[in-house]
Amino acid sequence: MKSRLVLNFSTELADTPATFSLVRDYGLSINILKAEILPGRGGELFIEVEGTKSGISQGIEFLQNKGVTVEGIDKRIKFNENNCVSCGACTAVCFSGTLQIKSPDWELEFDLSKCVVCGLCVKACPLKLFEISFGG
Amino acid sequence: MTQHKSYEEINDKIKKGSAVILAASEVSSLSKEMKPSEIAKKVDVITTGTFAPMCSSGAFLNFGHTEPAMRMEELTLNDVPAYGGIAAVDAYIGATAEKTGDAEYGGAHVIEDLINGKGVYLKTKGKGTDCYPGKRWEGYINKESINEMIMFNPRNAYQNYASAVNGSKRTIYTYMGVLLPGFTNCTYSTSGELSPLINDPDCRTIGVGTAIFLGGTRGFISSAGTQFNKGREKNSAGISMGPAATIAVTGDMKKMSSEFIKAAVFERYGVTLFVGIGIPIPVLDEEIARNVAVKNSEIETYIYDYANSGEIIRKVNYEELQSGTVEIHNKKVKTAPLSSISKARKISELLKKSVFDGSFRITRPAEMFDISPSQLKKLGANTGGIR
Repeated sequence: MKSRLVLNFSTELADTPATFSLVRDYGLSINILKAEILPGRGGELFIEVEGTKSGISQGIEFLQNKGVTVEGIDKRIKFNENNCVSCGACTAVCFSGTLQIKSPDWELEFDLSKCVVCGLCVKACPLKLFEISFGG
Repeated sequence: MTQHKSYEEINDKIKKGSAVILAASEVSSLSKEMKPSEIAKKVDVITTGTFAPMCSSGAFLNFGHTEPAMRMEELTLNDVPAYGGIAAVDAYIGATAEKTGDAEYGGAHVIEDLINGKGVYLKTKGKGTDCYPGKRWEGYINKESINEMIMFNPRNAYQNYASAVNGSKRTIYTYMGVLLPGFTNCTYSTSGELSPLINDPDCRTIGVGTAIFLGGTRGFISSAGTQFNKGREKNSAGISMGPAATIAVTGDMKKMSSEFIKAAVFERYGVTLFVGIGIPIPVLDEEIARNVAVKNSEIETYIYDYANSGEIIRKVNYEELQSGTVEIHNKKVKTAPLSSISKARKISELLKKSVFDGSFRITRPAEMFDISPSQLKKLGANTGGIR
């Protein structure tokens, strides 16, 4: 299975090779989608992990024991879908396939599992329906 | 013209329940099987729709008199400046006016809040006169507490519009959305074959006094809209290739719904208002039948480089724009609408239903628009103007 997670490291944990341990000890394959280091405040890593269900949950437990905060990407991206008018303006800047609008129904389709947290939709939505918290 | 129907005949058929009313999208597909003459014979009314950002929008409000009476000369609504240069307790709130120090709240939001029945904070001043001694009033108003809210939009429902790209090296933020550098995306903003004025390219049935769907209620066209461009070039299908005809519209805002009127903010451009408009077009004859059968492939516009003083990049039709990509400089470029096609369709379907059940009467325009060709005027560079 695959899972998209946001890892938050405190400054003290910045030199821990956490992702390496996930690969070696838990057999997970890691795809780093975004990383940000906040001077003096640690850093955030947005990764996609692929592996067995138990591998992933043990890996998460390992990170948490180290003091790394782990959250699903759904906790970081809020889309107020009920107020969406399906204008399509956000799809102009979304290249990951998360936001799509097309014939025949022309209703906005939102697939969070494809999001790479580029953040462009936040600016492009004329109704300001997206909120993303990542990094600084 | 072999087939000709009058407004009266069509309204009679509606009354008897025998009228054939179709949404614009249905006629476009029907035209693949039927000739215009057959469409003219079988179909009585088609309903169109659009739901898009329309900056030239706003509302007249009458607050009712204060105690002591005052002449409201300066006023704000939720800190958004409104125009008070009309009678004592009348004002106009324009959609694009912005709250001081907050570019994310403006007149459009005040309008949406009022429609939703929310309390809006009015602050107003006047110099005080013998007949209007009051000088200040501050407090909440809402849709029930004031006399009238009359939407009046000087320019809505553009007949066709430009498509936008960005050929520069930096992202630009425009009323056509966020345009990424190096021709990376392309936006467009009409509902294509559903669009009201595209279905009546010569304004044969759309004129002064035409009853329309406006923001969820019945409204009217009060005149041709501002910047009505009669000089726009037309293609072989008779479609204006770019922004051409416009309409000024009005309606009772107390009866509107925020499902069809929505405040919007275009990043680093400003506040604007999504307006939902639908217009029924009576199929009076074969020529009108041919017009309403227009297909996206026949509706053309130009793609302009919004970073390079509107340089024309290429001609394009709406079938290509709606396919998701267009080719620009041998590269496939992603396209995106700014006008909600699903809402436009919903509007055309709602209108179809209310024309059918007789709650929405088809009206003959009181007067037709002057469509004789002429050029739009421009102020041009600031070199002193013309006295």
